[in-house]
Amino acid sequence: MTEQLHEVGLTVNGAAYQAEVPARRLLSDFLRHDLRLTGTHVGCEHGVCGACTVLVDGVPMRSCLLLAVSVQGQHVTTVEGLAAPDGTLSAVQRAFQECHGLQCGFCTAGFLTTITAGLRQNPEPTIEQAREMIGGNLCRCTGYQNIVAAVLRAAEIGGGDAGGE
Amino acid sequence: MKPPAFDYSRPETLEEAVGLLAELSSGGKVLAGGQSLLPILSMRLAAPEHLVDINRIAELDTISAGPDGVRLGALARHAAVERDPAVRSTQPLIPAALRQVAHPTIRNRGTTLGSIVHADPSGEMPAVLALLGGSVTAVSARGRRTISAAEFFLGPLESALGPDEIAVEAYFPALAVRSGTAFAEVSRRHGDYAVCGVAALVSVDQERRITSARAGYLSIASTPLVLDLTEAVLGRRCADDLSAAGRLARQLVEPDADIHASADYRRDLAGVLSDRVITEAARAAAGSGPGD
Ligand SMILES: Cc1cc2nc3c(=O)[nH]c(=O)nc-3n(C[C@H](O)[C@H](O)[C@H](O)COP(=O)(O)OP(=O)(O)OC[C@H]3O[C@@H](n4cnc5c(N)ncnc54)[C@H](O)[C@@H]3O)c2cc1C
Ligand code: FES
Ligand code: FES
Repeated sequence: MTEQLHEVGLTVNGAAYQAEVPARRLLSDFLRHDLRLTGTHVGCEHGVCGACTVLVDGVPMRSCLLLAVSVQGQHVTTVEGLAAPDGTLSAVQRAFQECHGLQCGFCTAGFLTTITAGLRQNPEPTIEQAREMIGGNLCRCTGYQNIVAAVLRAAEIGGGDAGGE
Repeated sequence: MKPPAFDYSRPETLEEAVGLLAELSSGGKVLAGGQSLLPILSMRLAAPEHLVDINRIAELDTISAGPDGVRLGALARHAAVERDPAVRSTQPLIPAALRQVAHPTIRNRGTTLGSIVHADPSGEMPAVLALLGGSVTAVSARGRRTISAAEFFLGPLESALGPDEIAVEAYFPALAVRSGTAFAEVSRRHGDYAVCGVAALVSVDQERRITSARAGYLSIASTPLVLDLTEAVLGRRCADDLSAAGRLARQLVEPDADIHASADYRRDLAGVLSDRVITEAARAAAGSGPGD
């Protein structure tokens, strides 16, 4: 028996997409496999690591814990949507580069999206708030210090205007 | 891993959703925030036939706070409840406990009612509902009923809801005058499930002497455990030594060991945390310190 397909229409990084997917297609897989937007990474696939974090209507969510069919009609921003259309990096991205906020880069997309939304909510975080902002994201390489520094740096160089939707 | 195949519907009204669940008899499963259900599906710990996604039912997206307490609809996300000023002033234990539920990103999607229905003995909100003596209202094609917290939690991940029922509202009584609450837990990392957590509700009289002290425990028993610790601290004031509360709690709890902690360690945590939250709640009740 073939699996029933469902129509799903959503906006990703400003572009409208329409597709037919099985109900069990996770948003993370929809982005990576159906739309070929492989910047969003999948680590644990059960909500623990944060690598797959994307913005849904501007709010950070785990794309591995959302069904693609469930985000029908909503606006998704992935790491590919953070830089300006001409490729200019967002403040958060520049801060990561300046502060060496990444090594292997596996976790980075999840940090960038989380911090982008976090700074929009709180443009001038204290160091404690910066730590709390990234508390739900795991990184196996950096030891986090440089990521915390990048949050503070991004705030300095214009975090409120962090890019994305 | 990926979830197994299932059928899917996204009704726009409660009536439609309830009708679907009735038709599906026990094959239907409600999808709310999915922050517990999707990990379960991806790990293939469950394989429901048909998910009924309630995220489009606008009438369930409600948060209200009045003199009698706080009422949360099934689409009230943890993050929205946590930020609501009326909820905070009506029952401050709710935001205090919500801050310990998972990470902010999970709280953006997960619903408070969903975490209650999920009935995880390590969940903060089942313990809060039980301590406050709240209730859950459920709707099915058979009608509407309200279930008290005491009758709602049957076992680990097991609530009194039938497979055809949708929980539409959680009710938390308001904080009474001369009463205070507090919440504390210990977990390996902030946002992880707690090794032990305790919520407290303390009332004092006009002389600020304790008249009632109760505590709700998570990760200690197979359902949220509520203990009356009044006898240990009756008549004392918040500035007195209240450590008898912790000693009594240590005697009363019967925790199990698991990979996260031994039974003795859990018992000790229950004692230490009980002292802390009873003292803090007593201070809040007396209107004299942190927590108010
Ligand atoms: C990494 C991680 C860490 C977490 N840490 C914690 C934690 O520390 N403490 C904690 O309490 N929770 C934690 N959670 C779980 C989180 O709080 C969930 O949001 C919550 O348990 C379930 O709410 P939901 O809306 O996502 O429900 P769902 O996942 O959609 O549903 C959970 C269950 O409840 C049923 N259900 C949900 N809503 C209804 C309804 N209205 N009527 C009938 N049935 C319903 C579903 O059928 C399902 O069986 C964590 C989750 C993750 C992924
Ligand atoms: S892949 Fe989604 S949280 Fe780890
Ligand atoms: S940079 Fe390698 S996991 Fe974070």
